[in-house]
Amino acid sequence: MYQYLALAAVLFAIGMFGVLTRRNAIGILMSLELMFNAVNINLVTFNKYIKPGELTGQIFALFVIVVAAAEAVVGLAIVLLLYRNWKGIDIDRINIMKW
Amino acid sequence: MLEKAFLIPIYPLFAFLVIIFFTRWKERLSAYLSITMILIGFVHSIFVLVDMINRHGVPLELSMPFISLTNFSLELGMWIDPLTAVMFMVVTIVSGCVQIYSLGYMKDDPRWSRYFSYLSLFSFSMLGLVIANNFFMIFIFWELVGLTSYLLIGFWFEKKSASDAGKKAFITTRIGDLGFIVGLLILMTYAGTLNYQEVFAKVSSGAIPIGILTATGIFVFCGAVGKSAQFPLHVWLPDAMEGPTPVSALIHAATMVAAGVYLVARVMTLYVGSETSAMVVAVIGLITSLLAASIAITQNDIKRVLAYSTVSQLGYMIMALGLYGVDMASNPHAHSVGFYAGTFHLMTHAFFKSLLFLGAGSVIHAVHTNEITEMGGLSKKMKITTLTFFIASLSISGIFPLSGFWSKDEIVAATSGHPVFMFFTLLIAFMTAFYMFRLCFLTFTGEPRDQHRYEHAHESPRSMTYPLMILAFLSIFAGWVGLPWLHNGFSSFVYHGEHMEHHPSYILMVVSTIVAVSGIGFAYLVYYRKKVSADALADKFGFFYKLSFNKFYFDELYDYIIIGPVLGFARAMWWFDANIIDGLVNFTGWFTVKWADVKMWFDKWIIDGIVNGLGYLCMGGAWILKFIQSGSVQFYTLMIMAGATGLVIYRVTPEGFLYYLAGIILVALSRLLAKMVRPARAKSGSNSEG
Repeated sequence: MYQYLALAAVLFAIGMFGVLTRRNAIGILMSLELMFNAVNINLVTFNKYIKPGELTGQIFALFVIVVAAAEAVVGLAIVLLLYRNWKGIDIDRINIMKW
Repeated sequence: MLEKAFLIPIYPLFAFLVIIFFTRWKERLSAYLSITMILIGFVHSIFVLVDMINRHGVPLELSMPFISLTNFSLELGMWIDPLTAVMFMVVTIVSGCVQIYSLGYMKDDPRWSRYFSYLSLFSFSMLGLVIANNFFMIFIFWELVGLTSYLLIGFWFEKKSASDAGKKAFITTRIGDLGFIVGLLILMTYAGTLNYQEVFAKVSSGAIPIGILTATGIFVFCGAVGKSAQFPLHVWLPDAMEGPTPVSALIHAATMVAAGVYLVARVMTLYVGSETSAMVVAVIGLITSLLAASIAITQNDIKRVLAYSTVSQLGYMIMALGLYGVDMASNPHAHSVGFYAGTFHLMTHAFFKSLLFLGAGSVIHAVHTNEITEMGGLSKKMKITTLTFFIASLSISGIFPLSGFWSKDEIVAATSGHPVFMFFTLLIAFMTAFYMFRLCFLTFTGEPRDQHRYEHAHESPRSMTYPLMILAFLSIFAGWVGLPWLHNGFSSFVYHGEHMEHHPSYILMVVSTIVAVSGIGFAYLVYYRKKVSADALADKFGFFYKLSFNKFYFDELYDYIIIGPVLGFARAMWWFDANIIDGLVNFTGWFTVKWADVKMWFDKWIIDGIVNGLGYLCMGGAWILKFIQSGSVQFYTLMIMAGATGLVIYRVTPEGFLYYLAGIILVALSRLLAKMVRPARAKSGSNSEG
């Protein structure tokens, strides 16, 4: 079990690192997907080892995948709009929410 | 008609109301209305008197409740007895004559309606005063006559002396009234009622302690002292002569000033119950009478002589009534004529004194001065006035068979048994005869002392001479109802039908006639034949002359001991008011303003400062915090992660959380520093959460 959890933690940390450091918006979205998947692994792992007879974790993981797909669509649409307005997708330049 | 007697005061009241509300602008109409009403009242009074005689003086009482409390009630009612009936006659006759006379006397006055409405109001008050069946009512009317007296004395209020005299009269009588009301309150407390008959029943049955009775008697007498101008409150009456002469005749000679005498007669039971208070009444009466008579001798103002004469005669009546009380108190079966003498003289005096005043008014009307030193020889020009004035003078001097003779004789008879009183009474009679004829001789006989005034003198119009003639007739004959030989005359009438043992005392008659004639004779010698020089006499008795001429300095004395201190006190109070009270008020105002300034400063800088300070604090805080809102989503995410990690660490090891926090702050500061050193390059390098 710990191997799985460790894998998930590493994966999550990698995703987090990507989200925080990437300047490319596409890269951030991709790192986000990594973090989703780390979570999914956790869900499945806990389901398997703590409530073996049930499928709650797996079902939940499926939901996460579906929602992540939808989220990726929205995210890519935003990125597309960003590109149109800034002629680029460098996240550092996009700070219109600043005070 | 007797049961409807309450209408008698109502007639003049009606006239008063109609005049002030409707006919104010029609001066003549007002006057005739007023006269008509008082004449109707006169006719009604005749019927009442006849009824009263027919029922042999049995009194009639009618009343209705006015204010009812649980243990006390006031009532409106009338009490008609012979005294009331006689007073009705006196008041309506004199009032009627005076009002008719005023038609001539006030001819050129611009305020007829006002004048006649006041006269009507006065008649109403006076008639109400005599009809009252309880002390409460008599007090109300008592004050009403005081009010009308004030209004009429000050009728020519443009004259300072007239308005002053009005005030003086009102305030002086008010002092007496204070005593009166105290007396009434004592009666109310001890007798529990103010109805005459109930009070008298209680007094007669001895339910009231003698000391209380004495106090009540004296206090009630205070009212009479004020109203009847008795010593020491007599000072207002001579000044009241500032009013129109008919008013002096009506109010200050015949009726209102007689109210005090009437009151004493009315409450005689109180004095019979207490010899001390009766003695006080008698002594005050005597002092007043003597004092006023001695002043009257030297006065030169025709109306003032008559005024002091009035005071003197009122003192006579009061004394007679007081002596009756003394006699009856010491011996219930005493034979005293004092009561009868006082009331009888009250009636006859009303006629001849109002005649004297109206005669004086006629003279003043003719020569336009009050000073007898500027008159003289008027008999040639004013026959009717002279004749009637002499009749009245003879009457007041007590010459047989004029009405004054009979009543004065009774007063002398009332003093029998009191030698001191009798001596002074005869002395006063002498003085009265002397000063009256001094007045007559100086005014009507001899050479005119002021040729100019003499030439303009003329007999008065008929509206003035007819009342004189009516009153002259009464001055002669009114006394005959009390002839001592009559068994059912005035004496038994006022004693409620009881038969009075009444023996004519021939010795007294002769003595009093001799006294009166000698007084007249002396005046004749001095002022007509000029055998004795008046100036020489004045020089010889210089001290007494000056005392008398200056009215025994009573006005000066009162000025000095009462008015002066009162004014001084008022001035001190005024100073206190102006400086201390106003000072306090002003200081309060000043202090409030200054204090408001302080508070304004406090408000502006402290309160507003707090509010603004909070605002600035928020702004400052916000200015710092706004830097967190960098607009960089990644920075937000970083903070979320740092927070979440922090929560986890806190959960596991609270101490470690501190190190974690310290680490974060350290990192943040170092980043900030780095940014300051190299501001251009904003590089997102993150090594947070380790």
